[in-house]
Amino acid sequence: MSLSLKRLKRQEVRNFVNGIFFASPWLIGFLLWTIYPILASFYYSFTRYDVVRAPQLIGLTNYADMLLRDATFRIVLGNTVYFVLLGVPAGLVVAFLLATLLNSEIKFRPVFRTIFFLPSIVPAVASAEVWRWVYNPRYGLINSTLKQMGMAVIPWLSSPVLAKPSLIIIQCWAQGTAMVIFLAALQDVPRSLYDAARVDGASALQRFWHVTIPMCTPAILFVMLTGLIGTFQYFTLGWLLTQGGPKQATEFYSIYLYRNAFRFFKMGYASALAWLLFLLIVTFTIIIFRSSARWVYYAAQAE
Amino acid sequence: MDQVAVEKRLVEARRKAETLEQWQQAVTYCLGRVVLHAVVILLSLVFALPLLWMISTSLKTDPQVYHVPPIWIPNPVRFRNYVEVLVERPFGRYFLNTMQYAMPTVVGVLLSSALVAYSFSRIRWWGRDALFFICISTMMVPFQVVMIPLYITFKNFGWLNSYKPLVIPAFFGNTYFIFLLRQFFLTIPQELSDAARVDGCSEIGIFYRIITPLSKPALAVVALFQFMWAWNDYLGPLIYLNREELFPLALGLQQLRASFQEKLVWPYMMAASASVIFPVILIFFLTQRTFVEGITVTGIKG
Repeated sequence: MSLSLKRLKRQEVRNFVNGIFFASPWLIGFLLWTIYPILASFYYSFTRYDVVRAPQLIGLTNYADMLLRDATFRIVLGNTVYFVLLGVPAGLVVAFLLATLLNSEIKFRPVFRTIFFLPSIVPAVASAEVWRWVYNPRYGLINSTLKQMGMAVIPWLSSPVLAKPSLIIIQCWAQGTAMVIFLAALQDVPRSLYDAARVDGASALQRFWHVTIPMCTPAILFVMLTGLIGTFQYFTLGWLLTQGGPKQATEFYSIYLYRNAFRFFKMGYASALAWLLFLLIVTFTIIIFRSSARWVYYAAQAE
Repeated sequence: MDQVAVEKRLVEARRKAETLEQWQQAVTYCLGRVVLHAVVILLSLVFALPLLWMISTSLKTDPQVYHVPPIWIPNPVRFRNYVEVLVERPFGRYFLNTMQYAMPTVVGVLLSSALVAYSFSRIRWWGRDALFFICISTMMVPFQVVMIPLYITFKNFGWLNSYKPLVIPAFFGNTYFIFLLRQFFLTIPQELSDAARVDGCSEIGIFYRIITPLSKPALAVVALFQFMWAWNDYLGPLIYLNREELFPLALGLQQLRASFQEKLVWPYMMAASASVIFPVILIFFLTQRTFVEGITVTGIKG
């Protein structure tokens, strides 16, 4: 081998060693806290395991029970899908509209931006207490005002029909992070496009629909995906505010899983539940990704 | 001559029409601005109401809470509620606990994520991009999948009821922050690294002496986000901590509610909630720009 080739090979080996060395925290962590648990939970999903005794292999029983015999599972799945299909778009729309408002020429923009952003950094536990009080059927913020005006009170969290929408409202209230992402995307839209549209006689609404939104589709995709993945795992507020009630109206996937694992100690069943959740998330993600080719516009690609 | 007069009239009329149109445009514009501001003000009131309601309630006496119509500004204002509730339950302890595990996680996450992000961005090595892709795709794995085996593993290690399950994994890198820092490191010109390598600087030296100082804004974002995340974490402490002496603020707040045997005392509950929210808001105000930058960097590059 020529001298320069040897030097190149040595450099490559050195780079590889360095690369692995620097990445080692993640590599080791990946093996310990990701690969191992994934494989272990896959194994557990085929067992009956109550932590006290050793796991006993029972084949596909967990999955069969889940899909065929567990009535609660169907309710849980329905609740979660409802929540995702309604909550994610709702949050997206709210975040985008807020960002659009903030992007226009208003005075004291930082003040308003802060007010809209703050709810998203409020700790979930505190948020739960605040909204529990806001939604209080007799003396809460909304109902006491309604009573004062002589109108009927609304049983927000105690009605099986209204419980999920009430939680979605809280979700929309805390869309600060998505709003900030959209704000940045909106500010990246080239002004020349708006000018061209104006010259062509487009109204404000038309400009919004044909210029603003298409140029923001990458950000919309990102928020949609992260929102989807996060909402499927929705736990804290559902657990704290309603404990899955009333009448299992807010028994979400993550709550049912937690219950099976840490209340009923059915670790095997809970692991099977977890894997199905994984499957659900991957499926929805792929669907959205595939569809994204049709509606997402990457400005960089066009050039 | 008639023609000149007619032309003059025409020009005048056109000018008047232009002025009228300008006037109309001005009025529409002003009206639009007024409506816009009205909408924004109304919306921000709606968004701020829950928190304002919380503060208002926290300063009331218990009977005032049940008054109809609802009182907004109680008279007298009872600041004492805050002192009483923070003493009634060991909120000082809860606060210290939260700091006790939040700070180490910040250190761990900063150190490990920076190192890994450096590897994925500043060194060219075989398999790098494939591994990075795998790293990113783990973001899709729901916590519930790893939750149970992790719990059992930590149980077998004897780490339950300590902060170890919460702190130690932080030293192995956090996918989200690895991604964020990698994107940032990529914006630093390769020439800087190459020049240092030519000068005989070791890789670790480049990391420590060149990349790290240039990345202070991004590192600040990571530190901030991790701290906020740790402060707000509920499920983690819920699973691993059972003894009340170890409870962070998130669990402590829940304990408070459980401790009200007969009737829930709303002013105390709201005062405690406000106390848990307030530090977070304070930090946000002090670091506003860092916060917003951090979210946009991940959002757009994502």
